[in-house]
Amino acid sequence: MTTPASEFLRNAAEKSADLVHRQIIRRAIDHYNQAVERRRARFLDWEEARRQCQDIKREAVNHLDRYLLEFEQRVRERGGQVFWAETSEDARQYITDLAVRRGVRTIVKSKSMVTEEIHLTPALEKLGMRVYETDLGEFIVQLRNEPPYHIVTPAMHLTRVQIASLFKEKLGDVNSDDPQYLVGVARRELRRAFFSAEMGITGANFLVADPGMIAITTNEGNARLCTALPRIHVAVAGIEKIISRLDDLALLWPVLATSGTGQPITCYNTLIGGPRKPGEVDGPEEFHVVLLDNGRSELLADAEQREVLHCIRCGACLNACPVFRTVGGHTYGTTYQGPIGGVLTPHLRGLDEFQHLSYASSLCGACTDVCPVKIDLHHHLLHNRRNAVSAAKRPWVERAAFKLWRWSMLNSGRYALLGWFGRKAMRMVHAVKIEGTPLDPLRPWTKYHALPRVPSNSFRAMWRKNRGAS
Amino acid sequence: MKKVALFIPCFVDQLAPEAGLDVARVLRRIGYDSEFPEAQTCCGQPAFNTGYWQDAKPLAERFVRIFRKAEAVVCPSGSCTTMVRNFYPELLAGTALCEEARLLGQRVFEFSEFLVNVAQVTDVGAVFPNRVAIHDSCHGLRELHLKQEPRELLRHVRGLELVDLPFSEDCCGFGGTFAVKFNMISAAMGDTKAGNAEASGAEFLTSTDPSCLLHIDGVLRRRKSKVRTIYLASILAQTEEPARTRQPGNSR
Repeated sequence: MTTPASEFLRNAAEKSADLVHRQIIRRAIDHYNQAVERRRARFLDWEEARRQCQDIKREAVNHLDRYLLEFEQRVRERGGQVFWAETSEDARQYITDLAVRRGVRTIVKSKSMVTEEIHLTPALEKLGMRVYETDLGEFIVQLRNEPPYHIVTPAMHLTRVQIASLFKEKLGDVNSDDPQYLVGVARRELRRAFFSAEMGITGANFLVADPGMIAITTNEGNARLCTALPRIHVAVAGIEKIISRLDDLALLWPVLATSGTGQPITCYNTLIGGPRKPGEVDGPEEFHVVLLDNGRSELLADAEQREVLHCIRCGACLNACPVFRTVGGHTYGTTYQGPIGGVLTPHLRGLDEFQHLSYASSLCGACTDVCPVKIDLHHHLLHNRRNAVSAAKRPWVERAAFKLWRWSMLNSGRYALLGWFGRKAMRMVHAVKIEGTPLDPLRPWTKYHALPRVPSNSFRAMWRKNRGAS
Repeated sequence: MKKVALFIPCFVDQLAPEAGLDVARVLRRIGYDSEFPEAQTCCGQPAFNTGYWQDAKPLAERFVRIFRKAEAVVCPSGSCTTMVRNFYPELLAGTALCEEARLLGQRVFEFSEFLVNVAQVTDVGAVFPNRVAIHDSCHGLRELHLKQEPRELLRHVRGLELVDLPFSEDCCGFGGTFAVKFNMISAAMGDTKAGNAEASGAEFLTSTDPSCLLHIDGVLRRRKSKVRTIYLASILAQTEEPARTRQPGNSR
């Protein structure tokens, strides 16, 4: 039976051995790191900026109830619709119903992870609608029939040669792998979609309560076309995206750009507060905001892990994570990859099926170091593990092993005996030359490692024999 | 002579005893007499990191009782020091020993941290004429904030050439039970580290954590690499006396 955990292990094994993949990702992330380092140095005090962002998000998340209502009221005052979706199904249903009611045939989407989370595109396609991803990276992975590889850089795993041959196969008449040329090909293709679409779907990087506006950030300007050309604009956002004041963006925008892509500020930052008003020249006739809960309220109730809702989805923790760089984004099999995915997914989709992601980390803490809102990511992975154990969701063999281990460690005699036995076993495995073979009981270790040089005595034995030893 | 207690992590005790002995040797040379409380076993980190906090708890309490009288505790591992200093207070929260654990944590020091920040010694009179690179072990680096301490010490070693390790702050992939549960990922990360060690031109790779070195060493030898690993204290223990050229734990 395949489970998310068994799939993860299978794909992780494959990707871990894929040196070409590792090299592509290393190169992309080196490039990113250099840019981020340059940008961080431009802050007077990056650490202070992180602290302030943390404060902004903490304040907003702690008063989520108030700010969301304020946001809703302002949007309604301007003639927009706000729909509160408790689950993914609720959100999907609202949007598909709307699309059907309005006779929508073509939809343009700008990049949005939350629409991936609710599996929106397949639901719309099932109803016979054409859905175009208009962010270049998303456009590429959509052509490949793949989910985004990375929450910020969806096509990070592809080289331009691969992209050129993909375009040639799917779009025809492509004869160069020059990036500028390839962008031109995508632009030509998307232009048609923009002009024929009846509905534009976007996410929101922030929901700003005080003016009642959504803030969208892109580098390609595609979100502006998605929100300006079609008759209907639907924005989908997790409820945790709320911030209280417009002023907060003065810090959050540059911090998001720095951590996300190493830019001083992202190219296009748009604030939208409602549909087109009488006398305005552009903008949609209808403006809908879908506020998604999907497990977030439960996380809000968890005082220990509430701060996970501070995440601004910059992707910095993915880039910093040596496990992500080794197994790649698709291996996770989740909307959110890397450390934030490992922390968040068990909350959104259940500890039962997704606890393995909290275990698939060496707890090195590189993610926590780079998080611009200072989420204590690697310690939350530890908390998820503790929760998995206390909810009795771990295999009985492991539970029994730790009971036995504890019993051994509670007495120095038993401990010494266990150590002696362990060293004996290692020497034996080496002596009978089964090291690393399927017969080797230590194979989980020796499959990839030479056995350590096993000393004949423990430290304590040597210490006792020769006190001080110098 | 001033006194310190040795906290020898279980894997050092069982698999790298020379690392522990070298710590005592260096400490003695700078005027500290070591005692080794023999009741100690494991600090509980493997259980704690795997989520078995209830199984780690009695071991934490046991540790506090064993070391409660010590003025200073020295440990040849940034990771196990982190367990006591940073995680015991959380693990023992709400128990009678919590506050005592917190105070004890302030007196437990990783070896290089103790030398440089407590004893304030950076030159221990060591001689090691080799090219050496430092791997920044995660717990030492990110939980204890030790970066310059081992470098300070190595800069004062006669004949030693300190070379830069590319991506020295990247995790080597050990991570305790992670290395067994997700051995293919762990090994690939170790392989990346090994490749960087080779590219650095170093003859030896050292670190504040023998656990990382145990893992990296296993990967290096599987690769038939020329680079060898050596724990920091084992470099610092080497003097010009001829009998001092062994490697830690080289007998089978």
